Amino acid sequence: MTTRSHFLPTSWQRLALALGVAATLAGCATGARGTAGTAGANPRDPYEKFNRQMFAFNDAVDRVALKPAASAYKQVLPTFVQTGISNFFGNLSDLWSGANNLMQGKGAAGLSDLTRFSLNSTFGLAGLLDIGSEAGLPKHNEDFGQTLGAWGVASGPYLMLPLLGPSTVRDAVVIPIDIAADPWAYKQPVGWRNFGTAVRAVDQRAAVLEASNLMEEAALDRYEFIRDGFLQRRQSRITDNGEQKIRFRKETRQDDAPANGSSIMAAYPDDPGASPEASTSAPVQSDAKRIRAAYTDDPGPTDAAPAENLPPAALAVSSKPALK
Amino acid sequence: MKLIKHLIAMSAIALTAFAVAAPTPVGNEAPDVLIKRISNEVINTAKADKDIQAGNVGKVTDLVDAKILPYVDFQRMTALAAGRFWRDATPAQKTALSNEFRTLLIHTYSGALSQIKDETVDFKPMRADPADTEVEVRSQVNVQRGEPIQLNYRLAKGPSGWKIFDINVLGAWLVETYKGTFASEIGKGGIDGLIKKLAERNQQLANKPVKAGK
Repeated sequence: MTTRSHFLPTSWQRLALALGVAATLAGCATGARGTAGTAGANPRDPYEKFNRQMFAFNDAVDRVALKPAASAYKQVLPTFVQTGISNFFGNLSDLWSGANNLMQGKGAAGLSDLTRFSLNSTFGLAGLLDIGSEAGLPKHNEDFGQTLGAWGVASGPYLMLPLLGPSTVRDAVVIPIDIAADPWAYKQPVGWRNFGTAVRAVDQRAAVLEASNLMEEAALDRYEFIRDGFLQRRQSRITDNGEQKIRFRKETRQDDAPANGSSIMAAYPDDPGASPEASTSAPVQSDAKRIRAAYTDDPGPTDAAPAENLPPAALAVSSKPALK
Repeated sequence: MKLIKHLIAMSAIALTAFAVAAPTPVGNEAPDVLIKRISNEVINTAKADKDIQAGNVGKVTDLVDAKILPYVDFQRMTALAAGRFWRDATPAQKTALSNEFRTLLIHTYSGALSQIKDETVDFKPMRADPADTEVEVRSQVNVQRGEPIQLNYRLAKGPSGWKIFDINVLGAWLVETYKGTFASEIGKGGIDGLIKKLAERNQQLANKPVKAGK
């Protein structure tokens, strides 16, 4: 057993990394030039041209290889086998999640993850059974990018990585750290390691199969849907659904602030106010008026008046879905 | 065809309105109590009904109609997703856009309802001033495999009680997620272009059966 192999991730991960770095560097140049004159460029996505190309590539790989494999995996393998595989790799990831939780200052969560790992590895038959969850220790999913985010490092622009999927510049840069912290990366022999990595990828794809089918139907433009959904989800995971305060950030962002009325409505700059009710028209509450008046882009109640003069019957009709 | 449906619906609503003697006390419910009640009712109904679990479109739609729709302000949701373009829309466009958006949401997220097996929902404490007219209710759905699914709601208080105007699943707010898409579609073909695109998508979805849960 040479010491060299301890620090080398599996060959396909290295390839993906190399591809990612090369493509990023190449793409940054073309991306910046490409979007210079694009109308409607999203400020959070300056590399949109590059990202869309990567998305098309990933989508093709997914459609041709990963999704069929995941569907077959889900259909063919018995549920307990799938659960066992998912638990096994989930257990391995609990170590790094625990370490990240501790690094973010969440002592209880970190210790809970480490306890999960020890419980599941021993009584859970090397991780095949998830006893920890049944014992009331919830599963967390933390990586180093989230730790950096919790410590105030801004996410940087959206970046779609080849094979690895959507990410941000901050998270992409620390991927090697996450890979080095993955216990499975040190599995010998290399054949088992690669096989396990492939099985893990298929299992993770199978876990989101239903959600991705749902997204296919819900999205008008899948690239944008994935981008906007991912960026929000990423931020929500860093703040743990509003529970975690971000350190060292001078400006309090919307996601971190406690959710009271005015901070909620600050997220909706073009809010026209509540829709007119089908029942008797009650006067608009003065609170809502005051809140709306705080937004520069708000046309105010006068411009919304024509809409509010729609006959009540028409609006009552809209409560019956126009299906078929 | 649609006009006749509208007329029938209008008369049905009108008759119902006359039939109801007094306003329901439900309008005075606190927002977190309201969401808890809706969640429990929807989950219990979905779990108990074998047709829903088998993916019966009609039954899922009935469930959504009865338990969820009355508490959602779709027009406001659509307006927020359309952003600054809402001001420039005619009333007819506004109604059409709201209807199409609502149909899209019902079609796609009804599918999720048929997947409900034995999930439980936990609610986080609500952080709101008693005088607030906009609040956020946070919850999570505990699933068998993996992390709990985050599910948050934003409600605004209107004359007939609290109404949902935004929903957050797995950290992504619906309005925010559709905003970009709406903006680029409107940029390409105006509001009518967006309405047309949504109508086409709804047509496609109407012809697909809802998948049954595994």
